[in-house]
Amino acid sequence: MSLFLIVALPFIGALVPGLMIQAGRRACALATLSVTALAFIGLMTHVPAVLRGEVVQARVEWLPALGLDANFFLDGLGLLFAGLILGIGLLIIIYARYYLSREDPMGQFYAYLLLFQGAMVGIVLSDNILLLLVFWELTSLSSFLLIGYWKHLPEGRQGARMALAVTGGGGLAMIAGMLILGEIAGSYDLTVILQNREAIQSSELYMPALILILLGAFTKSAQFPFHFWLPHAMAAPTPVSAYLHSATMVKAGLFLMARMWPVLAGTDAWFYIVATTGLVTMVIAAVIALFKDDLKALLAFSTVSHLGLITMLLGLGTGMGAVAAVFHIINHATFKAALFMTAGIIDHETHTRDIKRLGGLRKLMPATFVIATITALSMAGIPLLNGFLSKEMMLYEASHTPWAGSYWVVPVLATVGALFSAAYSFRYIWHVFFGPVRKDYPSKPHDPGFGMLASPAFLSVLVVLIGIMPSLAEPLVRLTAAAVIGGELPEFHLQLWHGVNAALVMSIIAVVGGVILLALHRPLDRAWIAAPRPEAKIIFDAVVEGAASGSRWLTDRLHDGALTRYAAIFTVTVLALAVHAYLTGGISRPTRAMMPPGVVPTIGWAMLLIAAGCLVAFHRRRLVALVLMAIVGLVVSVGFVYLSAPDLALTQISVEVVTIILLLLALNFLPKTTPSESSVARRVRDGGIAVVAGLGAGALIYALLVRDFAFPTISEYHLANSYKGGGGTNVVNVILVDFRGFDTFGEIIVLGIAALVIYALTEALLSSPVRARLLAWTDESPDAGDAHPMMMVVVTRVMLPVVLMVGVYILLRGHNDPGGGFIAGLIVAIAVVMQYMASGFAWAEARQRYPYHGAIGAGVLIAGLTGIGAWFAGEPFLTSAYGYIHLPPIEEFEWATAMGFDLGVFLTVVGAVLLSLQSFSRIARRSGDRVSAHPMDIDPSREEC
Amino acid sequence: MIFYALAFAFGCLALATVLAMWRLIFAPTIGDRLLALDTMFIDAIGLIVLFGIATGVQTYFEAAMIIAMLGFISTVAYARFVLRGDIIE
Repeated sequence: MSLFLIVALPFIGALVPGLMIQAGRRACALATLSVTALAFIGLMTHVPAVLRGEVVQARVEWLPALGLDANFFLDGLGLLFAGLILGIGLLIIIYARYYLSREDPMGQFYAYLLLFQGAMVGIVLSDNILLLLVFWELTSLSSFLLIGYWKHLPEGRQGARMALAVTGGGGLAMIAGMLILGEIAGSYDLTVILQNREAIQSSELYMPALILILLGAFTKSAQFPFHFWLPHAMAAPTPVSAYLHSATMVKAGLFLMARMWPVLAGTDAWFYIVATTGLVTMVIAAVIALFKDDLKALLAFSTVSHLGLITMLLGLGTGMGAVAAVFHIINHATFKAALFMTAGIIDHETHTRDIKRLGGLRKLMPATFVIATITALSMAGIPLLNGFLSKEMMLYEASHTPWAGSYWVVPVLATVGALFSAAYSFRYIWHVFFGPVRKDYPSKPHDPGFGMLASPAFLSVLVVLIGIMPSLAEPLVRLTAAAVIGGELPEFHLQLWHGVNAALVMSIIAVVGGVILLALHRPLDRAWIAAPRPEAKIIFDAVVEGAASGSRWLTDRLHDGALTRYAAIFTVTVLALAVHAYLTGGISRPTRAMMPPGVVPTIGWAMLLIAAGCLVAFHRRRLVALVLMAIVGLVVSVGFVYLSAPDLALTQISVEVVTIILLLLALNFLPKTTPSESSVARRVRDGGIAVVAGLGAGALIYALLVRDFAFPTISEYHLANSYKGGGGTNVVNVILVDFRGFDTFGEIIVLGIAALVIYALTEALLSSPVRARLLAWTDESPDAGDAHPMMMVVVTRVMLPVVLMVGVYILLRGHNDPGGGFIAGLIVAIAVVMQYMASGFAWAEARQRYPYHGAIGAGVLIAGLTGIGAWFAGEPFLTSAYGYIHLPPIEEFEWATAMGFDLGVFLTVVGAVLLSLQSFSRIARRSGDRVSAHPMDIDPSREEC
Repeated sequence: MIFYALAFAFGCLALATVLAMWRLIFAPTIGDRLLALDTMFIDAIGLIVLFGIATGVQTYFEAAMIIAMLGFISTVAYARFVLRGDIIE
């Protein structure tokens, strides 16, 4: 089976449980089981090849430009992990079928589980580290859904959020680390990166990359000080804990360290960071676990402790360390998954997980007792069980590892960790199953049915089998360890008896010490409860709350809703950047001579200054301010003509008209004067900022105008290629529809969206309480003269065809002479607005046959289809073509595909302008103003007049 | 000859614009301001046409035409606003 299919199966299969739940819970579970089984069988078909030492690959290019390819490969390490994920997945699916109660939505559960499974398989089979990151984040997200599965429990939601925050945050750090690694190796393919050990370890970016990647691995694998999320994630249903928190997700960090082992391990930095973190985690978590009364919390901290153990082994950087780590990964997955399941069974049957309320279950739940005892003893490291073997190997490795020159730190700490580990394992057996049978269980306990026992029983058989005959697991360990090390395996044999050595002595100390600790548990527990210790959840919540209120404070400072604030921040920032640029950069000598000013341009310049100055003086009287703005617009338009920019002049003139109409429509509902709200000091400060920014901008423009450009400009390219490439002689228009056609396409979409938003806001406004206020609103403005004077009606009626003709003319000739879709659209929109103003809203509305929304949509569609048309010619989106047509009576004329695009721009502009103006005037309509359907107030031809 | 004629015409229109500006700033009522603004539109049309004649370029004529065709709309809109408050009713 292709590796693609193995990874894709759980994702595709995630749809199955949602559908099959209609057919009942059994069918749903069976369907889910068959999906995972299929993927598992597919994986097994590759076993012979991997055993021969081959690396199975499946590659396809996805985004080669980014180095992101969907490449998968399967070697020993991938095989072990994928086997664990899918194999234990099978057992969990069976177990969950009986664990979930009737009220729990089972379809959802299995769908999330399969999503998670797919993401995990994706991680372990990815050959491309960017792809691996995608799957990594997917596991964070899907585990969030699984941990928060019981949505009604606040602990579940909080635990899920904490897990997401910690593992997701670590994932972000890892992205940076992986990118650095990829940059050093020159490829994002793992197989290539793994060959570049020397280059990576000698790079000066090795340390940052190492730390960032380890952050990702440590958060995922719950290493100290990020271990706190795992116990809180225990609010999840037990199948989730057994799956995610024993065998799969928390092992993802270990997997990553094992995967990167050949290139990252072996340095001092690696040893001191990884081995120390692992050792510290192992000891601290084991100590905490002993004093946890919640069964699942005990197991959670024991998991953290064992993860620390494996991390330490990987951190040693030796071949035997890696072998022991691999072996313990297998053993831990078997006994810990079974233990979680027994905890779930106890919870399910007695309705409590509190050890202090349990005890004496040995007689009531004999089958559960046997399974729990075997697996817990394996966790404690008792001979003839698999946990003993790998723990022995760990202790042996620890016994001869120096740490900063000291030969006793590592062995002593490892023994302490093993000792506490034995103690909490014994406690799990002793305090739960032994002792007198109690009368006060929340529910009368008995062994569950075969369905729930099958999975843990199977795992405990494995525990014993591997424990007695370690040679059974040896081929798998060899295969995996070879893949981790990526070179020669050290000489080793997995066997029960190594003779009397340091490890055996340490092991005996640990077991004996464990028994003593258990005996002393009661006084120790009292001391523990009395002792002050940091509560991770409170610290985490405080940090989150601090970050949230910090960002809220910053946001409130920057975005307080006042335009003046935004403008001030923006201007000061730009000013600061400009000052920085001026102080650090150089400026050349002026190269151009000054030109003599003409009389008329000087007058225009003076008018601009006077109008702007008056605007500042009169800005509180809003109508006068609008009139002064019209002068500024007029002078700018004439200035564009004078400076040979006819396209800009035409656009400016039409935009001015539309702007004035829009502002007047809005001003009708606003106060006619601007109240004085800010203090004098603030006004002086803002005035200062404005003056400095204005002078700075003026100085910059002056400096630019008296110098030649330091670099060749793009204008020459446009001038040279406008006709050759775009088929037009109006360079401005060719830039809009061809060179920068994609930008224009984006802009008309934005324009259309803006108009639709104005429409939507108006609709929302009119159906909100504001409507009542509008109805109660009395217009204070004078009511002089006719609403629709006859002369105005007649003039605009006559002008309509003329203006439309001009609009069409400007549109058609736009490609070669000043004009184009944008200007034409504005002109036509003004022609229509003219009718609204002269003949009235109702009259114009009655004659409007096509909604303006439609015009916007049609415009965007036409522009888009024109762009797509280029694909049929085998060219990229929006490539234009042109040619010439000769029809006998007319002169030869040009056709260009840009025409279609310009038509789209034209329609969008017409639709957007009219839709926004119409929306604004609708506000007045709903406010109860009288509307006459007649075009003229006094019409001689009407009867009633 | 045309040079002097153009110079004279430019001078007249420039003076008219300055006077309109003067009126706009020191007008007694808003109606006077709007009339002054409309006058400035007319002056702008004249200036653009003269500029076209002076440089011999036809394209500028269209800018003048668009102002002539659409410029009055904003004057009408202002007037409607002053007289009735709502410009589309």
